[in-house]
Amino acid sequence: MDEIFDVMILGAGAAGLAAGIYSSRAKLNTLILNEGAIGGQMVLTDEIANYPGVEPTKGYIVANTMKKQAKDFGCKIKSNIKIAGYKLEGNIKTIELEDGRSFRAKLVILASGGKPRSLSIPGEEKFKGTGVSYCATCDGDFFTGKEVIVVGGGNSALEEAVTLTSYASKVTIVHQFDHFQAFEHAIQKAKKNPKISFIMESELREFKGTEVLEKVSIENLKTGKLTEMRIDGVFIFVGYLPNTDALKDIVKTNDRNEIIVDADMKTNIPGVFAAGDCIVKKYRQVTTAVADGTIAALNAIEYLRSSIKTI
Amino acid sequence: MLETTVHEIETASELEKIINENENVMVSCGRMGPMCIPVYDAMEELKEERPDVKFYVMGFDTPEASPIRNAPMCRGFMGLPFNVYYKNDKMVTATSSIQDKEQIVSVMDQFFA
Repeated sequence: MDEIFDVMILGAGAAGLAAGIYSSRAKLNTLILNEGAIGGQMVLTDEIANYPGVEPTKGYIVANTMKKQAKDFGCKIKSNIKIAGYKLEGNIKTIELEDGRSFRAKLVILASGGKPRSLSIPGEEKFKGTGVSYCATCDGDFFTGKEVIVVGGGNSALEEAVTLTSYASKVTIVHQFDHFQAFEHAIQKAKKNPKISFIMESELREFKGTEVLEKVSIENLKTGKLTEMRIDGVFIFVGYLPNTDALKDIVKTNDRNEIIVDADMKTNIPGVFAAGDCIVKKYRQVTTAVADGTIAALNAIEYLRSSIKTI
Repeated sequence: MLETTVHEIETASELEKIINENENVMVSCGRMGPMCIPVYDAMEELKEERPDVKFYVMGFDTPEASPIRNAPMCRGFMGLPFNVYYKNDKMVTATSSIQDKEQIVSVMDQFFA
């Protein structure tokens, strides 16, 4: 507890690890605190195919490489911790953990990323792993010859629906709008697939079953009509929420709880930066998260050096 | 081979030996996907924090994992990994799909007390 780090980074996804690489390579005493699995959403991605200069690679391998790079430069990483409190004002910032430990640093970079959005409807938690899934490549083969629903309308939903046709006898995409948000090529690929059908302007309302998922109830948003559909599995791909619940009353956020930063990744609190999927931004990709983390770290380095000159 | 510092069980006979020789055992049977890796990460932390429990992983696709895949408590599971818990040589509970560290601890506190 006596040690005061130069930089503390909250989150070990692409943004946090990139910030850690730059910060520790600049010989700043750097600590990354991470609540979930190291790698963040990269680990949730089976294959990253569009990282420039890197051939299509498993998400966890890209994450592991970034982690190794950060550690090789001297970055310390503590994962699977739970943050209980933030004291971000003043010259020394303190992060308190639920286990009683606390860590201090001169600067903080918030890189808490995003978490998969759930439907938050009855039965979702009960049937997780017994009919409800969030990963087609992980669990698709359990549904060989069966009928499944994919919920969502973005790239992940459309692409994973196509993946699932390798296993399922039938895939039904259920989406809340009358059009998809995915890239056109993903939409066309799904529409051309004879195993895929569509239920638009509709939402799931409940998962039902005894030991395993057996059916779902679906509401047509235009008519309000509820129908029940027998189904073997449901795959949920409805986007991500920023991991900022604990921060929204501490740093300035917008109405979607995304952290507001300037071009230097500075928040409204001096000495506190933010980067990656938790900030206000249009595009959320590994490449943009890495860029944010880099910019935050470089500005943090400059901020620290100019504060030393001022003393 | 699973990429984790948690020991990977290679054979059914090794699994049986481990269960026989240890009071509390957790085995996560999976692959290297986005639902499995977070569980292994949590187990890497827990193996340092919980000396009362032995933690292992096992590849889901090996025929040697059939005692777990076909266990009655895993009937109906359709999500990786299969996380199984043994106490005094008996499987006492099992969960399917991703679990965070807190959820794993909660299961252990309930069944390994």
